[in-house]
Amino acid sequence: MRGRIDPRSTPPGRTRPRITPVSWILTLGYASCAQAHILAGETIGFWSGFRHPVSGLDHIVAMVSVGLWGAQLGKPAIWALPVTFPLVMAVGGFLGLVGVPLPGVEIGIAASAILLGAAVLCEARPPLPLAAALVGVFAIFHGYAHGAELPPGDSALLYSLGFIVATGLLHGCGITVGLMHRWPWGRRLLRVTGAGVLATGSMFLWKAL
Amino acid sequence: MRRTAVCAAALLLAVSPAGAHLVSTGMGPVYDGMSHFLLSPPSLAPLLGLALWTGLRGPDHGRWALFTATGAWSCGSVLGLALAPPGVAASLSTAAMCLILGILAAADFEAPIVLTVVLAALIGLLDGAMSAAAAGTAAGLAAIVGSSAAVFALMALTASSIVPLRLLWLRIAVRVTGSWLAALGLLLMGWAIRARAHLPWAAFR
Repeated sequence: MRGRIDPRSTPPGRTRPRITPVSWILTLGYASCAQAHILAGETIGFWSGFRHPVSGLDHIVAMVSVGLWGAQLGKPAIWALPVTFPLVMAVGGFLGLVGVPLPGVEIGIAASAILLGAAVLCEARPPLPLAAALVGVFAIFHGYAHGAELPPGDSALLYSLGFIVATGLLHGCGITVGLMHRWPWGRRLLRVTGAGVLATGSMFLWKAL
Repeated sequence: MRRTAVCAAALLLAVSPAGAHLVSTGMGPVYDGMSHFLLSPPSLAPLLGLALWTGLRGPDHGRWALFTATGAWSCGSVLGLALAPPGVAASLSTAAMCLILGILAAADFEAPIVLTVVLAALIGLLDGAMSAAAAGTAAGLAAIVGSSAAVFALMALTASSIVPLRLLWLRIAVRVTGSWLAALGLLLMGWAIRARAHLPWAAFR
């Protein structure tokens, strides 16, 4: 047997490439439906829905700052806000989808970034119901804007799922970053981030007006 | 390595578009029924919601929901083949089921076992009927056996992985998933109403 080379063996100094479960899942998740015709709209699957919320800076800063503020407020706001926000945002999305008129949506979105940024900057600590109501009102504006923009297409369920998961992950990013609140330098950095969100919101408000 | 690449290629080729017909695996009607269920997100979503909620509620709720929903799914599939409910009913009922179960899971709602059994029976019946109707007449009893086995496996695995969770943040993660499901239901309802040309009351507008 000496001298025979096992074809499955790897030369010394080299590691065999491994396909991990994560890469399997990513590969399978990337696979899209084969379509033998031209699509009527953009609502074609999970990834198109996933890309929608992360394509607008105004939405990104507002969602992330919800997580930042929740982390500053601590328990129970840190988990109550991510549980309630998608639901209230979906109410706004529902209103947008069915065509209920809601004036001043762009102004409301810009105002959400301004007020949420100011809350993070000042480390505001209102009672939980007030904070939840404030965030809820803004969630309706964000959801409405997306609901009114959603194009007709083939897979409403997968598109909506991608849209919701992306929004939830933006909250998760905010909460994760906001956990630095436990350190003194982290608190200062969070307040600076809040000032950045406030400035971005002001820019969008300027544009909206 | 070559074997892995062949497996990967085979798996990727196996991903087919979920259409309003039975998925053909080439391995017989039982596997066709399984594949149809596992590749149909509208059928999966309500049952996942049921498993999330009953998993949070504990082993008793999980067991009752598991057996009731699977049995009701089989009965509903037989009914769906016979009655063939319209597509609009499918989209609205999927939306309503996702919304209700998502809210129950997000709120970690405490309910008596009777309510769990009633909900599991209703959801199994409705979801099974819609799934069988979407699969079409090609779905025979063997396909229903396959899809019922997949329902049982999916619910058992999901609920049993949630029941032992004791850490607060893990339970909150399940509740957040429930809130996502409820949001999904609400958006689906919006989509269905937006396409009101297909709704029964469109003629009265």
